[in-house]
Amino acid sequence: MAVLNDEQIMLKDMVTGWARERMPVTQIRSLYDHGGGGKQGEGPGFDRAAYGEIAQMGWTGICVPEAYGGSDFGSFSLGFVLEELARTLAPLPLLSSGMIAASALVLGGTEAQKVLWLPALADGSAVGTLALEEGAHHAPDTIAMTATQTAEGWRLDGLKRFVADGMGADLFIVAARSAPASDTADGITLFLVPAETAGLTREALDQIDARRPADLRFDGMVLDARAVLGEVHQGGRLLTALLDRAYAGQAAELLGLAEQALETTLEYLKTRVQFGQLIGSFQALQHRAAEMFGEVQLTRSAVEAALTAIDTGDAETSSLASLAKAMANETAHRISCEMVQLHGGIGMTHEHDAGLYLKRARVAEQSYGNLSFHQERWARLNGY
Amino acid sequence: MGRMFTLPLRLPNTDATHKNEHKHLGGAMDDQQFRQEVRAWLSAHFPSALAGVNPLIFQGDARAAAASTDFQTWRQAMADKGWGTPTWAKRYGGAELPEAQAQIIAQELAAIGAFNPIRSYGTMMLGPTLLEFGTEEQRLEHLPKISRHELRWCQGFSEPGAGSDLASLQMKCVDKGDHWLVSGQKIWTSGADQAGWCFALVRTDTSVKHNGISFLLIDMASPGVEARPIVLISGSTHFCEVFFNDVKVPKGNLVGQLNKGWTIAKRLLQFERASLSEVKTDVVPLAPIAHAMLGTDPEGRIADPLLRGRILHNAMRHAAYLQTVRRLSEEARHGGPNNGVSTLKNLWSGIVQRRAELMIEVQGFDGLGWSGEGYSKDGLEATRALLHSKAFSIYGGSYEIQNNITAKRSLGLPDR
Repeated sequence: MAVLNDEQIMLKDMVTGWARERMPVTQIRSLYDHGGGGKQGEGPGFDRAAYGEIAQMGWTGICVPEAYGGSDFGSFSLGFVLEELARTLAPLPLLSSGMIAASALVLGGTEAQKVLWLPALADGSAVGTLALEEGAHHAPDTIAMTATQTAEGWRLDGLKRFVADGMGADLFIVAARSAPASDTADGITLFLVPAETAGLTREALDQIDARRPADLRFDGMVLDARAVLGEVHQGGRLLTALLDRAYAGQAAELLGLAEQALETTLEYLKTRVQFGQLIGSFQALQHRAAEMFGEVQLTRSAVEAALTAIDTGDAETSSLASLAKAMANETAHRISCEMVQLHGGIGMTHEHDAGLYLKRARVAEQSYGNLSFHQERWARLNGY
Repeated sequence: MGRMFTLPLRLPNTDATHKNEHKHLGGAMDDQQFRQEVRAWLSAHFPSALAGVNPLIFQGDARAAAASTDFQTWRQAMADKGWGTPTWAKRYGGAELPEAQAQIIAQELAAIGAFNPIRSYGTMMLGPTLLEFGTEEQRLEHLPKISRHELRWCQGFSEPGAGSDLASLQMKCVDKGDHWLVSGQKIWTSGADQAGWCFALVRTDTSVKHNGISFLLIDMASPGVEARPIVLISGSTHFCEVFFNDVKVPKGNLVGQLNKGWTIAKRLLQFERASLSEVKTDVVPLAPIAHAMLGTDPEGRIADPLLRGRILHNAMRHAAYLQTVRRLSEEARHGGPNNGVSTLKNLWSGIVQRRAELMIEVQGFDGLGWSGEGYSKDGLEATRALLHSKAFSIYGGSYEIQNNITAKRSLGLPDR
């Protein structure tokens, strides 16, 4: 872990303590109704009461300027909060709202939009999220949902899929195609869409990690010009800035998940006896553990470098963000597989936590770009 | 066995003589001024002909170093200044500078494509060991010569029967009253044929394993010492086997206590691993060579998509590794944990070896030449680099040994 200042050390200790006490893995387990193949879950797919608690402690306002009710600690600090909370798979929309939606307003909002939304996002009374995907894969370059300019302002038609925390969100940041791409404009416009806007219907998806993403249907939704976030037909750059934050933030969650999955597995290796020996004394298993530890080291470095780059406005931010997400995807994937394998039969049971880490890892890997998406993006940014 | 890389990744305590001496107010201002001084001095003293030259040419070969007037001029200048071992006390030939200023010298050297001509096994391994375990007499005898790089040291650790299981070493050392009598064989001793002295692990008690080992300094000119170079798969003759035939060694050459050499060796191996996992940041980028050799598709990508994928995977791991070196150096500077050296060494060897293989694959048959005009210089270098790289996961504690250490020390996994 990078060298933290005193405020950051205090914050980190506070998060670790709170997650352990208030948000153990049993919390995500309570959202599941999958034991025995039961019915689909209900509710927003996250813990609204707990989200209110972390808002009170100021964690939801870490990326919000002080003038709008936040602490402006920056992305690096929010990154280690996300990391710590992901260790217990805390079902909270902090990445969606505290990092991505808040940054959307900070980076692209007008003064009126900031005043309207930032204090609410910072105090947790509103939850925001990005509505981007239209298909099964992360594809920010092929947005097809249409935004048509009208006499009143804008009309939105189309479908947004797999919107993270979408069933509990109050505000959607919607990316739509407002014009064909040209040499001078990318043709993308971002909109602020409150959840209760007429013309929006949402349907819950029953995802393996017990979170509840939403499919959003926009059916002739009428918006006035004040709903536009950032520049008309020029939303691509703002979207990229948001996505770099999403990549780094999701990578921080995957890092925390992977570290805890490894620690839990190591505890098992130190207590499980077979053939009259602790299985952790077997060299074959020790070497697998040592290699996993190495992968965690690489991932931590990439994640911290990406978050730091966001805060300093580094020209390499996009490259580092994709490096972080790619490394985190691979590491969490490997360790979540090993967690099940090294626990043996007990790891296959719903009763044990290994399955919860595996399921959450797969969703987080898919969210905001899989391994090949980020390899390709890094490759293009670095001349491969 | 050791080799040299640039960019110091320092572990805490490697410079026992100076700690926290730079914490007074105004340090940043002093550092800024110091940086200017370093720049001015370097521009006056660094021979421009050496800019960008690979220091391994001189570090690995005493004859090449002796034959280069530029190198000798540069070595003299740095030795006189004490900047080759900047944190060491002046009586040991150092400059008594705080760690922060030592870093500044390293940064300014790198910035102009220069290198530290004093850097050697002596500065990287024996020096820190004598500072921690040696007597003042031993330090005064050896450190000033090390800080001037006047003679080379070699490390007599491995034996034919003691590789990964180093503590099983057998080289006999018997107390003859007024001297030690040493007999046995060492192997994989880097540069032994060019070394003036050897720091060796010897067996002083055969009834116990780890607690029967002592740490001894041996003059290579002593009667009975013979070093023979070994030819490696890369054609290199850097490593030697060394025979010790009833060699008399003065009693004062024992470092630390009798039979406590293993403790010193473990500490020294930490210094070695720290220097092994250092890496040059200016490695040859793979992308331009891959484009040149494999072609470019209409979208500007390396034309072979499957090989491109494998290149990318390695390049990204390499990028993450460089971030890791940076992070761990930063943490070490702030007194963070230093148990990650074995992990770092394995990451480094794995990534660099894979990279060397990819470099050959990209060059095809051009990367498989041994010598001659039929091959490009780059191709010939890539071949030797690949063959050389195979040693990375063997020397300084093999990949498997490092994993054992990580499992036990970093992860707390049990012995049984």
